[in-house]
Amino acid sequence: MENIIKDIESRFQVSDYVQQRPELAYATVKKDLAIALITHLRDIEGFTHFVLLTAVDWLEENKFQLTYILNHPDKKVDLGIRVFIDRANPIMDSAHHLWAQVATYQRELKEMFGIDFPGSPRVDEDFILEGWDDIPPYRRDFDTLQYSRDTYFPREGRSTNDPAEHMKKKLYPDEEK
Amino acid sequence: MKKNKTLWQPDRSKYPEHDSNGKPIVDLQSQKYTKLWQGPNHPGVTGNMSLELTLSGDEIVDAKTHVGYLHRGFEKLMERRTYMQCFPLSIRMCVPEADSNEYVLSTCVEELAGIEIPEAAKWLRTLALEMARLQVLLRVVPGIGATLSLGLGSQWGMYMREQILDRFEELTGGRIYHMYMLPGGVRGHLPDGFKKRMEQNLKDIEQFVAKIEDLIFTNSVFKKRTVGRGIIKPEWVSQYGIVGPNARGAGFKRDVRKDYPYLKYSELNFDPYVGKDSDIYTRAQVRKHDLLMTVDLIRQILDKVPTSGDLRAKTPNVLHWEIPKGETYVRSESSRGEYGMYMVSDGSKYPRRVNLRGPSYTHAVALLEKMLINANISDVHAIMVSLQTCPPEIER
Repeated sequence: MENIIKDIESRFQVSDYVQQRPELAYATVKKDLAIALITHLRDIEGFTHFVLLTAVDWLEENKFQLTYILNHPDKKVDLGIRVFIDRANPIMDSAHHLWAQVATYQRELKEMFGIDFPGSPRVDEDFILEGWDDIPPYRRDFDTLQYSRDTYFPREGRSTNDPAEHMKKKLYPDEEK
Repeated sequence: MKKNKTLWQPDRSKYPEHDSNGKPIVDLQSQKYTKLWQGPNHPGVTGNMSLELTLSGDEIVDAKTHVGYLHRGFEKLMERRTYMQCFPLSIRMCVPEADSNEYVLSTCVEELAGIEIPEAAKWLRTLALEMARLQVLLRVVPGIGATLSLGLGSQWGMYMREQILDRFEELTGGRIYHMYMLPGGVRGHLPDGFKKRMEQNLKDIEQFVAKIEDLIFTNSVFKKRTVGRGIIKPEWVSQYGIVGPNARGAGFKRDVRKDYPYLKYSELNFDPYVGKDSDIYTRAQVRKHDLLMTVDLIRQILDKVPTSGDLRAKTPNVLHWEIPKGETYVRSESSRGEYGMYMVSDGSKYPRRVNLRGPSYTHAVALLEKMLINANISDVHAIMVSLQTCPPEIER
């Protein structure tokens, strides 16, 4: 894995390399070079198995982190590629031409995080939600509790415990507040 | 590749026409095509999903998978819960095989927190994962026969599965959802007499497999409906991220237990079966061999599992447990293939992001949509069941 990282470090300006486990590493690449790097890893280095694509919302830093995890079936190693994009302008190049199933991941990210992948097949079609008109629900600033309060109605006679307080009383009754 | 002479081989070189992107040009007003929804309430659909099929006669010219009937937003809900409170949510991400969820979530937390679990807990986790695989395969292997009208095997299989759920109830207190694995280890040792009762169950299951071999796998109708149909081409395995039994049916020896040994799999002797014809029949055979291999693995585990010793590593107060900043991906081999979890911690008491990678995410969407093109409408349910799709893991 270190040889691969050394090779791509200078060619694709890869940074923040972290060896999480002997067979799993993470590295960060700039948005503009991401698809070129992923194509290189697939075609030249042999990372032919696409494991997943997901996003992390770093609301405080006004960034989305896209994580592409690629697997090398022969060397039995995984490489997680992190790409940070501007939260105010969440657009990323599509990778659907590299693996057919990537279009599904990108469609979900468009719906759940509002990250656009122009040119990705059916990226604007509803995937899981239907007729959703609020902000994308997996963003950190979407408040699930408030949404439930606004959308649904309380059931008569139902009492609610705060889960943290309830479990604290049950598991650690002697612990001070 | 075996040839099935009963298969209808339509000449689709001229009809329907395709556009420059290779998509069929379908004009519903022309009355040459029919739009048909299969699901979400349909006996031939595996769970809460539906297929939007465009038919030309009996032949499918376009297919779209629709999910969203079961979305509960678990990944989002986890971001507002402590790591321990995530467990009741995680096990519902794939109901039939909840233990894989427990394992990947526990292991993500342990890895980020730097916790090593005791030896006995590793053996017992391996046992629970194999028992979970066994009870799933007891439904799935005869289930492929049931989808083609051979329902008796499925009824026998459900009875055998109940025996394994009894063992789960003994071991964990639960039948479907177990919550047996928690960060740091597992909740309990094997009960007295467990090994003896399990051995009797395993003997019964071996007899059951011999019976369904006669009932289903040598049945001429079953063969005609499955041999040469629903083929996964070898080049699709990388292109569509195909894993587990579906990849092994296509000739690819891919099994996380062998390729990335976790828990105690490196100390067990097993060799996953690999098929070559890549049709529905071959995938059913792969799962039948998986079932017998699981029986053997459980025997090996029961011979080696410690009956005493620590089961939990020491963990902080779970209500105030702040996991160090970091990210990881942990995978296991579920009955459907690679089942992984990506977790990001920002150093607080709550996970920053949890993302599940279930095999059905690719098998039931991109792959199924591809496989159904040119298939006959009567084969749709068999193709879907042969992929062992599980909608809850698509829309976590």
